[in-house]
Amino acid sequence: MAVTTKAVTAVTPATDTSEKPPNKYKLALPQYAAVSPFFILFAIFGAFPVLFSIWISFHSWDGIGQMKWVGLEQYHYLLTDATFWKTIGNTVIIWVLSTVPMLLLALVIANALHNATRLRTFYRIAYFIPNVTSVVAITLVFGSIFSNNFGLLNAFLQSIGVGPVAWLTSPWGIKIAIATIVTWRWVGYNAIIYLAGLQAISADVYEAAKMDGASPRQTFWRITVPMMRPVILFTAVTSTIGGLQIFTESRVLFGDTSSIGGPGDAGLTIVSYLYQSAFIKNQFGYGAAIGWALFILIVLFSIINWRLIGGNDDERLTRRAARRVERKIAAQNAKREAADVR
Amino acid sequence: MSVERLRTAVGHVVLMLGVLVSLFPFYWMVVMASNTTPDIFTYPPKLFIGSHLFENMGKVLDNIDFFGSMLLTLIASLGVTVLVLFFDSLAAFAFAKYDFPGRNVLFAILLATFMIPTQLSLVPQFVTLAEFGWIGSLKALIIPGAANAFGIFWMRQYAKGAIPDELISAAKVDGAGFFRQYLTVGLPVLRPGLAFLGIFTFINVWNDYLWPLIVMTDPNRLTLQVALDQLNGIYGTDYSMVMAGALMSVIPLIGVFLIGARSFIADLAAGAMKF
Repeated sequence: MAVTTKAVTAVTPATDTSEKPPNKYKLALPQYAAVSPFFILFAIFGAFPVLFSIWISFHSWDGIGQMKWVGLEQYHYLLTDATFWKTIGNTVIIWVLSTVPMLLLALVIANALHNATRLRTFYRIAYFIPNVTSVVAITLVFGSIFSNNFGLLNAFLQSIGVGPVAWLTSPWGIKIAIATIVTWRWVGYNAIIYLAGLQAISADVYEAAKMDGASPRQTFWRITVPMMRPVILFTAVTSTIGGLQIFTESRVLFGDTSSIGGPGDAGLTIVSYLYQSAFIKNQFGYGAAIGWALFILIVLFSIINWRLIGGNDDERLTRRAARRVERKIAAQNAKREAADVR
Repeated sequence: MSVERLRTAVGHVVLMLGVLVSLFPFYWMVVMASNTTPDIFTYPPKLFIGSHLFENMGKVLDNIDFFGSMLLTLIASLGVTVLVLFFDSLAAFAFAKYDFPGRNVLFAILLATFMIPTQLSLVPQFVTLAEFGWIGSLKALIIPGAANAFGIFWMRQYAKGAIPDELISAAKVDGAGFFRQYLTVGLPVLRPGLAFLGIFTFINVWNDYLWPLIVMTDPNRLTLQVALDQLNGIYGTDYSMVMAGALMSVIPLIGVFLIGARSFIADLAAGAMKF
């Protein structure tokens, strides 16, 4: 079918309207039908809502009554809203507190997994299980572990003589608790992806480094990390997008208290604030405006990630690393040949 | 050699410590679910599995319509999974194996939709569904997610390599139309890919919290996650009962995961490498 379509377009350009060769679009009807469900659903539940949300954000609306045009007022208010800025701060702090240890630990685990020859399947499943466990259930468990009065963590800290810490009532305690849940759920996931990246690096490179007498630490930082850049970029971008949308952890931890962000709103994230504005306070216009602010933040952070980790010099660096290794192999071979001659 | 062996041993120690951290919350969930609440709230805390598990589970069933919520969640998860598998694989088959006018443009649009965060359109989506009269109904959980860009992208990568062009040509010679070609040539070859996408989708829908929290407004028709959160909100003081509920909600999912865990993890990693 594809071949005939091409032939038809080649011989008869658009000017030919005779009915004899079947229209190329008509020929492709089954394919259009096949891809249409996604596009139809996206138009209704994706594209339209996005455009509609611009419209809503220019209004004051409780979701039921009349929409009142307010122009850019929601955005103006957003920029001067201390709570909104606080949620950005909270979200970014939680994101840093979770992403940095998460990706570093994942890299260490992936490296250990890569070298382990026994129990591989067991390890992978054990590390991946947290990721398929529901956030709600596990947040409840961590909520009890971090509980101020009878939490396991404080019991442990007291037993070694370090005070009880007010995990769930102090600003930093709350953020650390949320970041811990996020880290716990996603370390294994990222480790599995890093492991795939590690396995894609050819064994020759490591062999060459070994012959060169490189220590494991040198090998890790000089070869593994540079070669893994694209994979690291992937995990950094996905954890940024996920991290900026944190919601469930803080909502479940503090759902039954008066503020959904916990004491002092210290755990109120951007999405929590969106949810609170739109679906608790019925300020739909403001909720839509927060949605757009979130979108801009995600794009911004993704660009920063790209610049820091990947971006334009990514390929150059990988190539440079590869060249360095090639040179080493060549030198090694020359040395060995020299030794053989001797 | 002994240095090598030492390094392997250290590696295993590190990995085992990680496994302990990874699995400890599950153990702790069982400990809390099997003791009584007063037992939990003592110092020093009880660290071992108790004998009150079934009693606590019974209390969960008394307080919320656990099996009703579970059934609702199961129907939603299965519904989305079946539709996603069908629509995504069909679209992926067309994108991967047929050259039709506008294909590349359509695929580029599909990839661009990745960039849009779901939260951006949370408010208007809710309004749209309210307009349709779908709020509180299963349709709100199933229809919007019935086809997705991720699945199509992923299946297309899979289909490109897995389906030989000769098989499609042969089917055409036999007079099979596009849909028949999809059924007889595409589907059988795509089966391993479908297994991954199916588990992935099922787990995601089962665990979703924000969307059902917003659209399932009828307190008698809550998904498991929302019901569990509510159990905590209302009966939060009875910790061991809440933990029994959490445990009951987690077990089926871990079961589904363990069935296909081995190839699932491998497929997920392979998919990430393709981005």
